[in-house]
Amino acid sequence: MTQPVQQAFNPYTENGGTILAIAGADFSVIAGDTRQSEGYSIQTRYAPKVFRLTDKATLAVNGFAADGNMFVKKVRQRLEWYRHAHAKDMPIRAIARLIQTMLYARRFFPYYVYNILGGIEEDGTGAVYSFDPVGSYEREACRAAGAAQSLVQPFLDNQIYFKNQTPAPGTSFPKHLPLFTVLPLVIDSFTSATERHIEVGDGLEIYVVLAKNSDSLQGLQAIGGIQEVTANTDGERTFVIRRDLKKD
Amino acid sequence: MFRNTYDSDNTVFSPQGRLHQVEYALEAVKQGSAAVGLRSKTHSVLLALKRSTGELASYQQKMFRIDDHVGIAIAGLTSDARVLSNFMRQQAMSSKMIFNRPIPVNRLVSAIADKAQVNTQEYGRRPYGVGFLVIGQDNGGPHLYEFSPSGNSYEYYAMSIGARSQSAKTYLEKHYESFADCSLEDLVRHGLHALRETLQQDKELNINNTSIGIVGPKSENETKEVPGGAFRILENSSIEPFLKTMVAKESADAPAPAAPAAPATGDEDVQMSG
Amino acid sequence: MDHFPTNWGRPRNDAFDAYGTYPIHQRPQNGPKDAFSAGVQRTQQPIVTGTSVIAIKYKDGIMMAADNLASYGSLARFKDVQRLHPVGDNTVIGAGGDMSDFQYIQTLLNELDIEEYTAQDGHSLGPAEIHEYLSQVMYARRSKINPLWNSLLVGGVKNGTRFLAYVDLLGTTYSASTLATGYGAHIAQPLLRTAVEGFEDVLTEEQALKIIENSMKVLFYRDARSLNKYQVATITKDGVNISESKHLETSWSFAEGIRGYGAQTQ
Repeated sequence: MTQPVQQAFNPYTENGGTILAIAGADFSVIAGDTRQSEGYSIQTRYAPKVFRLTDKATLAVNGFAADGNMFVKKVRQRLEWYRHAHAKDMPIRAIARLIQTMLYARRFFPYYVYNILGGIEEDGTGAVYSFDPVGSYEREACRAAGAAQSLVQPFLDNQIYFKNQTPAPGTSFPKHLPLFTVLPLVIDSFTSATERHIEVGDGLEIYVVLAKNSDSLQGLQAIGGIQEVTANTDGERTFVIRRDLKKD
Repeated sequence: MFRNTYDSDNTVFSPQGRLHQVEYALEAVKQGSAAVGLRSKTHSVLLALKRSTGELASYQQKMFRIDDHVGIAIAGLTSDARVLSNFMRQQAMSSKMIFNRPIPVNRLVSAIADKAQVNTQEYGRRPYGVGFLVIGQDNGGPHLYEFSPSGNSYEYYAMSIGARSQSAKTYLEKHYESFADCSLEDLVRHGLHALRETLQQDKELNINNTSIGIVGPKSENETKEVPGGAFRILENSSIEPFLKTMVAKESADAPAPAAPAAPATGDEDVQMSG
Repeated sequence: MDHFPTNWGRPRNDAFDAYGTYPIHQRPQNGPKDAFSAGVQRTQQPIVTGTSVIAIKYKDGIMMAADNLASYGSLARFKDVQRLHPVGDNTVIGAGGDMSDFQYIQTLLNELDIEEYTAQDGHSLGPAEIHEYLSQVMYARRSKINPLWNSLLVGGVKNGTRFLAYVDLLGTTYSASTLATGYGAHIAQPLLRTAVEGFEDVLTEEQALKIIENSMKVLFYRDARSLNKYQVATITKDGVNISESKHLETSWSFAEGIRGYGAQTQ
C-alpha cells in the first residue's frame, strides 16, 4: 500500500553572494557584495551582508539571508547585554567563541549561514575568524565564503599565502601584506567573481578596521568615496568603501 | 514595631483609605541619596550624589544605562533597582527585536509603573523600595519621568528624588522656567546647584561623589563623540569641567539652605503623619 | 499503562462501548504524540491562493496593486477578494499565497493596530516597524516548520520617508524601489525596473499608475491564475488610499490568426 506523498516544507533557501576577509598586521578588511538572489531572480541589488558589531569587530554573513539577518540581530543583543554588564565592548576573540556557542546551540536545526568575523585583537593585531554553519571555527589570515568561494579562495591562497609561488633567490615572502596591497586584491576578487558567477554582483562593501594609531591610516583618506563609521578617532577606527559591481 | 493594625499587609487598606506598606516604600526612596533630573528643548540630564560607606569603600552606583536612548538614576534599594533596570533593558531590547524601534520612553516608564502597581495589590508581595528618574529621547524629543514604588509615573520639566530632595526641588521650582532654552552646560550647572542643596552642611560635590547622565548632543565639556546624542554616564575626571562651572553658593542666587529635612539616619522607624 | 479500555485488545463488550463507536481496526491513538503526529495540522501547501502583488516607489510615495482573485487550484474560486490591507495611517500590505493565512495575518495586524492606537501617546507604527514585526512573525513560524504561506509586500510613507519591502514564508526580507511577488517577480519586475529605477523621485502619480496598469495587464495576459479586476493602493504623506476595483481593457483579437489561441479552423 502506498502512502500519500507530501512535499515537506523546506525551511531553507540559498540567497547567493560572496564574502571575504583578510587580516593584516594591524588592520582587518571584511567585504561582501550586495546582491541578494534566489534561483535566477535578483531579489534586490542592495542587501548588506557585512555588519559592524563593535568598534573593533565586523561580521560578514552569507548563506540563507533570513537566518543571517536573525543571527546578526541575536549576536548584537548578546553584545548589548555584555555592554550592560561590563560597560565595555566584548573583545573579538570572545565574540568568536560566542558565535561558535550560538551556532552550535542550533546544531540540529542550523542557521544556514557561513560567518566571517574580522577586526582587531586585544593585542592590536588584525584578526579573521571563519565559521561553518554549526560553529566550527578557527583564526586565519584570510578566508572567502559563499557562492564564489571556490573562485575567490584559490586566488587568495595564491596572493596572500603565496601558495604555488617561490620567492626570488635570497628573498622571502612577507608575513603580512600592507593595506594598499590588500584593498586592490579584494576589489579584484569581487570583479572577477562578478564576471564568472551569476549570483555575485551589483555592489561591493568593504569594511576596513584599523588598530589604534595604525600606520595604515596614511593614504586611506585618499581613497574615493571612503566613509568613516566610528565616531571617535582615538581608538580602533572603522571605514567603509563602496564600489559598484556589474549588474548583469 | 507595628505603627498600627493596618500596616503588615500591603493589600489591606487602613480606615483612612491608605496603604501603609506603600507609604513605607516611599520612605525607602527618601533614605537613598539624592538624584536630580532636568530637561531642556534639546537635552535631558540626570545628576546624582553617590554615597560611600567609608574611606576604604567604593561609591555606590546611582545610574544605569537602559538603551542608547534611555538612562535612569535611582534612589532607594539598589538591589530592587537592578531588578527593575534589567526588566527595562529587556523591554527596550524586545522593542528593537520585534519592531526595530527604540522603545518610546513613556511606554518604558508605564511598563515598570504597572509592575510596581501589582506589588501594591497582590497578596504576599512587597512594593519596590526604589524610585527612578528616567531620562530619554524619542521622536517626541527629550523626556524626564519620575517613577515611584506606588506605581505612579509622571513627566517633569525638572525633578528630584531621595534624601533632602525637597531642597533641590525648591531650587528647581525657582529656576525651571529658564531650563527649556538652556544650553547643556547651563542645564548641568543648574542640576549641580540643585544637587548641592541636598548635601549636608560640611560636604560638597566632587568628582568622586557625583554622577552625570546625559541624553542629547555632545557638550563642549565632553571629550568623546556621542553619535545620535546617545545616553552616557559621566563620572570621575570627565565631570571635572562641569563641576568647574559651578558658582559658589554665596554668590549663586540659590535659596538659603532649607531647614534640614527629616534625619536620614534610618535607624528609627518612620513617623507617619495623620 | 493505557487506561483506555478499547485499547486493551479483548473481545468487544457492549458494556462500555455499546454502540461500537470505535471499529476494532481504527481505535483512537491515545499514546504520546510526537512531531510526526497526525493530530497537528500544518500548512504544507497553500489551498486558496492569491497570485502576484506588485509595488513601486514614485515621487509622492508608494503605489501597490493586486488583483481580486483567490484561486482554488486552477479554479477561479473567489473573484471579489481584496488582497491589499491597510495598517495604521501610513502602511499597506499586499499578499500573495494562501488567503486563509493572510486573513490570520490581518487579524494579527488589526490587534497590533488597536493596541498601538489605544496607547494614545503620540507614537505610531510606521511601515518599517510593521515590516519588521511581520518578518519576525514569518521567521518564527518557518522556524516551527509551520509557515504562514504568503509572500507579502509592505509599503508606506512616514515622516517623509518612503518604505517598500518584501517578506515571505521563509522570513526572507529585502527592499528595493520596485518589488513583485509570485509570477510578478518574473513577468512584471523587469518592466517595473526599466520604468522606475532612476526615476523614483520624478515619477508623478499618473505616470506611476500607467506603469502599474501596464504591468497588471501583462500579468493578466500571461498569468493563468490572474484576473482582469484589481485594486491599486497609494500611500503618500496624506495617508492611505485603496481604490475601488478596476477592470483591465484587454484585446484578444490578435489571437484570431494564431494557431493555439482561438478556435482552430483546421
